[in-house]
Amino acid sequence: MTISIDPQKTNNESLQPKGWLRYFSFSLDHKVIGIQYLVCGFLFYLIGGTLASAIRIELASPMSDFMPRDVYNQVLTLHGTIMIFLWIVPVVNGAFGNYLIPFYVGARDMAFPRLNAVAFWLIPPSGLMLVASYFVEGAAQAGWTAYPPLSITTPQSGQIIWILSVLLLGGSSIFGGINFIATIIKLRRPGLKLMQLPMYCWAMLGTSLLVVLSTPVLAGTLILLSFDIIANTGFFNPVLGGNVVVYQHLFWFYSHPAVYIMVLPAFGLVSEILPIHARKPLFGYTTMVFSIMGIVVLGLVVWAHHMFTSGTPPWMRLFFTIATAFIAVPTGIKFFNWVATLWGGKISINSAMLFSCGFIINFVFGGITGVALAQVPFDIHVHDTYFVVAHFHYIVYGGTVFIIFSSIYHWFPKVTGKMLNEKLGILHFIITFIGFNLCFAPQHWLGLNGMPRRVAEYDPQFQFVNQISSLGALLMAISTIPFLINVFLSVRNGKDAGDNPWNALTPEWLTSSPPPVENWEGEAPLVEEPYGYGKEISEQK
Amino acid sequence: MTTLESSKEIQKNNSEVNETHEDFRMFGLITFLIADGMTFAGFFAAYLTYKAVNPLPDGAIYELELPIPTLNTILLLVSSATFHKAGKALLKDKNSDSQKWLFITAFLGIIFLICQLFEYFHLPFGLTDNLFASTFYALTGFHGLHVTLGTLMILIIAWQSRINGGRLTSQNMFPLEAVELYWHFVDGIWVILFIILYLL
Repeated sequence: MTISIDPQKTNNESLQPKGWLRYFSFSLDHKVIGIQYLVCGFLFYLIGGTLASAIRIELASPMSDFMPRDVYNQVLTLHGTIMIFLWIVPVVNGAFGNYLIPFYVGARDMAFPRLNAVAFWLIPPSGLMLVASYFVEGAAQAGWTAYPPLSITTPQSGQIIWILSVLLLGGSSIFGGINFIATIIKLRRPGLKLMQLPMYCWAMLGTSLLVVLSTPVLAGTLILLSFDIIANTGFFNPVLGGNVVVYQHLFWFYSHPAVYIMVLPAFGLVSEILPIHARKPLFGYTTMVFSIMGIVVLGLVVWAHHMFTSGTPPWMRLFFTIATAFIAVPTGIKFFNWVATLWGGKISINSAMLFSCGFIINFVFGGITGVALAQVPFDIHVHDTYFVVAHFHYIVYGGTVFIIFSSIYHWFPKVTGKMLNEKLGILHFIITFIGFNLCFAPQHWLGLNGMPRRVAEYDPQFQFVNQISSLGALLMAISTIPFLINVFLSVRNGKDAGDNPWNALTPEWLTSSPPPVENWEGEAPLVEEPYGYGKEISEQK
Repeated sequence: MTTLESSKEIQKNNSEVNETHEDFRMFGLITFLIADGMTFAGFFAAYLTYKAVNPLPDGAIYELELPIPTLNTILLLVSSATFHKAGKALLKDKNSDSQKWLFITAFLGIIFLICQLFEYFHLPFGLTDNLFASTFYALTGFHGLHVTLGTLMILIIAWQSRINGGRLTSQNMFPLEAVELYWHFVDGIWVILFIILYLL
């Protein structure tokens, strides 16, 4: 049985609204859905960022004087949940994946357009529900990990809303993952081989495998947790004979792969951006592919390194330390490949390139502290201190968020047909880079000296370093202003970009900017060498 | 020809670019079932861990009888076979036969659910009595939810396979094949569940 692609039928063109209204509709166009993900995610990023600022204001002084302790716990829980489930995961997977993957595989849309729209429209209601819980009876207070027995003993309504919201977001993520796997494996243009795909496709394939294999386990765990809260069962409640460590195992079986769900797509995006702005082929394509798949496999068997202080038996500590250290190998291969891509290239210093280089610097630092944290003796010393906070912000902010901004600078001309202002972009990068490092680098020192995380008050001896960190957070908040001005000005009055402002070879640049509804006027082009830069020059010689 | 076979055929003949693509709804469904299976895997892992490290406290009652679940296992396995019959009949354009077999399958599913409820009401322990009781109800309940959904879907496609004006034909096999795959999946999960909960 075949499904013929009839534009009238599949896209319901006559029924879909035109202009800006389509961004508020149940549109089936993958490009519209990608932008919906991006803008929705960015709005939640602003909310999560406001909460982060509140946390840093509170921590500028040792006493809890800016907000009460329980409000502080609610704020940090909402901050973590919003940033992970409503900003990074939807944007780095949903937004860029939806926009780029159909171009990269030479398709006119995703494999399941309707499922795609459903996956997006699960996000705004669950996000609003999560934020609204703060105003009803107090939001969840147990952190984004919702460890029992804390999550069982804190006020119920907020925790239940948190669980419902995360379940919906997990469902959205699974639907997205199924769609990406089907699109990349099944919807490739005839003649396009797997090993000719741009690297972001491989990253999204690996990420989607992780989503499909691990997110359902989190869903099951949260259902059991809600039974504990509502029905008074004792799965994770030691008083009733339950076992809290089982929750931790099940939770981290999702949430460690979740780290790779957040960072693997960023690996893919940076692999697209670097070759174009360095005018060189991506170094080591095959090793990149095998590294991604290696990270996927290893990423599923390292979860217990989050639990070295939870009474894990020695064999488990040994196994998970070694497995975690092994992940440094494929990650290191990717790091050296990026550096080798830049080596001897004709590098243009623009905002996209700067943010990508910022990513490489921050990520290697966060990666090294990650390897350190995997070592049991060191981990026991710094467990639940600010060292951990610094480490994962170096990965998710210094890594992934830098790449999100880099990608926005890189693909904005394709999406809108206008260039972003480079001066404002470079200003944005400088403030973000300084602010970020000022905020999180000192937290390593705080953690090593024993300042615990997730507590509103701390020993006064840490005040000065905390104030430096808060100053960095202030800079990060300010850095959003030139970015927003830039976007609003450029959408209206930006310089016309033309179809291919970067002279890129990947397929999305071979159509008009912004692209037509079904991506290409005629047939999809067959791009066999997405990174074939520098070839024409050597041939001329 | 089944959906999977015909889509392979098209892939073979589809070397030049044209405006059709193969049907990969089955591929999407299989991916979804893998995800669904992982939810069960999480539950099973939790149960087995509890069994290994959390002993039953003194005086707690957790006893299971074998007859009803054994009957249920047989019911589900037979229903898998009857569903297969329905698919074969539809492939030969025998819509009324197909409909008959679908109704038998749905009937077996309903009997399964009734037996399951009967077992629930006659067990000597309730949901919150102890850890194993809670896990037992959570696992069988989650599976029972799957059977309920499956039975409803079978009734829907049985209605769709009516002779005049039904949309289920040998040319449009997908709804039947999708529900059939789901039903086999639910049966497979039950067999694992039966072994882990009742026999171990």
